[in-house]
Amino acid sequence: MKRLLPLYAVAAYLFLHLPLAILGVFSFNQSKFIVWEGFSLRWYAAALHDTAMAESAVNSLLVAAAATVVSTVFGTLCAYGLWKRRSPWIAGSLYLSLVTPEIVMGIALLAFYQWVFRFLHVQLGMHTVILAHVMFCLAYVTIVVMARLRSVDAALEEAALDLGATPWQAFLKVTLPQLWPAVGASALLAFTISFDDYVITSMVAGVDSETLPMVVYAMARRGGNPEVNAVASMVTVGLGALIVAAERLQSR
Amino acid sequence: MQSLLELAQISKEYPGHKAVDRVSLAIGHGEFFCLLGPSGCGKTTTLRMIAGFEQPTAGDVKLRGVSLIGRAPYERDVSTVFQNYALFPHLTVRGNVEFGLRHKRRMRNSADLNQRVDAALELVQLTGKASRLPAQLSGGERQRVALARSLILEPEVLLLDEPLSALDPNLRKQMRAELKALQRRIGVTFLFITHDQEEALTLSDRLAVMNGGRLEQVGTPQQVYLEPATRFVAGFLGAMNWVNGCGVRPEATRLSHQLPANGCRSLPAVVRASTFLGNCLHVESDLASGECVVAEVSRFDVPFQPGDAVHVWWQPQDQLDLPA
Amino acid sequence: MSRAYTAPAALTMAILFVVPMGIIAVYSLLSRGTYGGVLPPLTLESYTRLFDPLYAGILWRSAVVATIATVICLVAGFPLALFIARAGRWKNLYLALVILPFWTSFLVRTYAWMFLLRDTGLINTILLSAGVIREPLPLLYNYGAVLVGLVYGYLPFMVLPVYATLERMDKNLLEAAADLGAKPAATLWRVVIPLCKPGLVAGSVLVFIPCLGAYLTPDLLGGGKTILAGTLVQNQFTNARDWPFGAAVSLVLMVIVMLLLTALVRREGETLL
Repeated sequence: MKRLLPLYAVAAYLFLHLPLAILGVFSFNQSKFIVWEGFSLRWYAAALHDTAMAESAVNSLLVAAAATVVSTVFGTLCAYGLWKRRSPWIAGSLYLSLVTPEIVMGIALLAFYQWVFRFLHVQLGMHTVILAHVMFCLAYVTIVVMARLRSVDAALEEAALDLGATPWQAFLKVTLPQLWPAVGASALLAFTISFDDYVITSMVAGVDSETLPMVVYAMARRGGNPEVNAVASMVTVGLGALIVAAERLQSR
Repeated sequence: MQSLLELAQISKEYPGHKAVDRVSLAIGHGEFFCLLGPSGCGKTTTLRMIAGFEQPTAGDVKLRGVSLIGRAPYERDVSTVFQNYALFPHLTVRGNVEFGLRHKRRMRNSADLNQRVDAALELVQLTGKASRLPAQLSGGERQRVALARSLILEPEVLLLDEPLSALDPNLRKQMRAELKALQRRIGVTFLFITHDQEEALTLSDRLAVMNGGRLEQVGTPQQVYLEPATRFVAGFLGAMNWVNGCGVRPEATRLSHQLPANGCRSLPAVVRASTFLGNCLHVESDLASGECVVAEVSRFDVPFQPGDAVHVWWQPQDQLDLPA
Repeated sequence: MSRAYTAPAALTMAILFVVPMGIIAVYSLLSRGTYGGVLPPLTLESYTRLFDPLYAGILWRSAVVATIATVICLVAGFPLALFIARAGRWKNLYLALVILPFWTSFLVRTYAWMFLLRDTGLINTILLSAGVIREPLPLLYNYGAVLVGLVYGYLPFMVLPVYATLERMDKNLLEAAADLGAKPAATLWRVVIPLCKPGLVAGSVLVFIPCLGAYLTPDLLGGGKTILAGTLVQNQFTNARDWPFGAAVSLVLMVIVMLLLTALVRREGETLL
């Protein structure tokens, strides 16, 4: 067993990492087909010159940036509020949002938007996508910040109050400075989740708000091509770097 | 004596249990006052009601005759030294010490502020460590930062919540002496919470003993130790032999092979065991009634062996008659 | 006072999560509109249609696929968690290597399997050129491919809680078992696995839930041939334009998920929030 376990672990890690690694390798292939014809950056060049791809990437970045800022602020405040005073309703809805099947959340939001549009003269677009993203990122931010708060000594805030700080000053000057690593990590996670989302986005996006995952999905549906391999590899490396940064922050 | 801090019948009730039950106290100016009791007796809750972290469900807290009820912690002229010091981990020693000046006294960056911080650090002998972070300090140094952080505000009353319990035994004794000397020097009223009776006896001018949310007795260390009002107080402040409902402390309990002189209370007993404690011996003897009595015996005294027939005796004035 | 801090999040969740879910609940009780949408009167028809063999079959298949994926994750995840827990000073790295792919793009990871499995994909190309096969193997667009995708996607959900329980386990217990004469295999079977049960249960629930409602994986790797619950919901809202029925299926999924989650929280106690 002592020797079997490491062998098994090697196999498991290959299973987890090989598919993406292979995709990465073939994104540098000169050939359009799966025959190695030499190293080339032509698919990266093609992807970067693809206007549809570029527009959708800009949309994705905008959505992710907006959703990250809002959900990080709301989620951090929410975690702090829940730390001070538990609320089964808020905590419950956050957890439920985490386990709700994405497609269910997507159609629910679509139905909601269409109902709202009866009263307001607006249409699906960037705003509906951003609102949806803020909502599903909230739970992740709250949970990450909450985990950090558990190691914060509640006596520190009492000490701050004792020394004359108001509750809001105690939060800003004593508790929040201890939360920065978690807040940073949760922002990176929120960005990752938002940037990657396809299922919910595809339900609530309008004609002007096609995101990168939607373009990648459409191309994958058509069988894929080396250009998708290149985009996929760039996304993987980009998001991977964010996640490594988030892990670093959290372990501080 | 004019009282500075007054607790009038304060109670704290939680659903299903009374943490503090109608406690009344009057603490004088410049006193070193200890609140002593076992864990869960309500002493910390009492302190937290004075500091303003908890609201009493009944009763009043007055400082210089003015009620503090309804005032937030930052609006009270008292300051707390927390059990684990609660030093802000992201701020330096200086940052911690000046925190109160900036917030409670609303001082801005100035020569005056810096001078006061330096003076406070000097008071607790931490000059030169101002730019350290709490994590880079020893336990004793952290304790001193916590003291400086509160004392710099010149509070009317300094509340100390078991501040020595986080230190190792040797350091604890040393800090005890420093704390007492510091209080004498600056003259600030200390309300000190502890579950260690030796700490309470050595530190306080007066002390109060709490049990089960109620105040059992208030008095000087001598009064409380020598004339305990209840069996609980007698037992909590030191070991006690109970013979026929009367209490005798082991150091007042004598043993002899011969019948002692007239005027003493004396009972025949058989030695069960003798334990060497270094500076003295503890000799356990069984009385005919089945009760066991411990006597603290000098090691220069005649030896007592298990099985020896002896007489247990004591002076009448050393006997405490307390209702069960 | 603390309500002021939670208010923005609470409002967001109320408007964008609770209300939409409520709308779905109401829609599931209404009748189908001609061009999508819903109309009165109230009816339970959408729910009775769930018992139609066609749809009951789809729900049943979803449960079976999710169960098989969970069992595979259980069997594959436990030894990996055990390996990490015993890896000494490298455990953080090994753990990160499990978590890292999970956080990179789910869509890209699913696409990576399409790249490997499709007729002109890597595996078929290699096998064809090696002369092992003459026709490409139908690796993609079947339940096997869906299962591979689900296990690949959700294995970390099994490994993390199992690793956490293994990590918390008192190492003295293992020494005590050895001291009392248990061989390593017996210790594993009689001590480690029983003590690890909370982690295994939590992991199973955490894998089963997303597998049951999965949409992207069956859609991309299963193609049109494997209709599961997630695809059914999506179809009702897009192609079939039967919103009440799609809402009813959604609600059934939500109820199952909520029941599983409450059971897990009850079991694990208040360890979550």
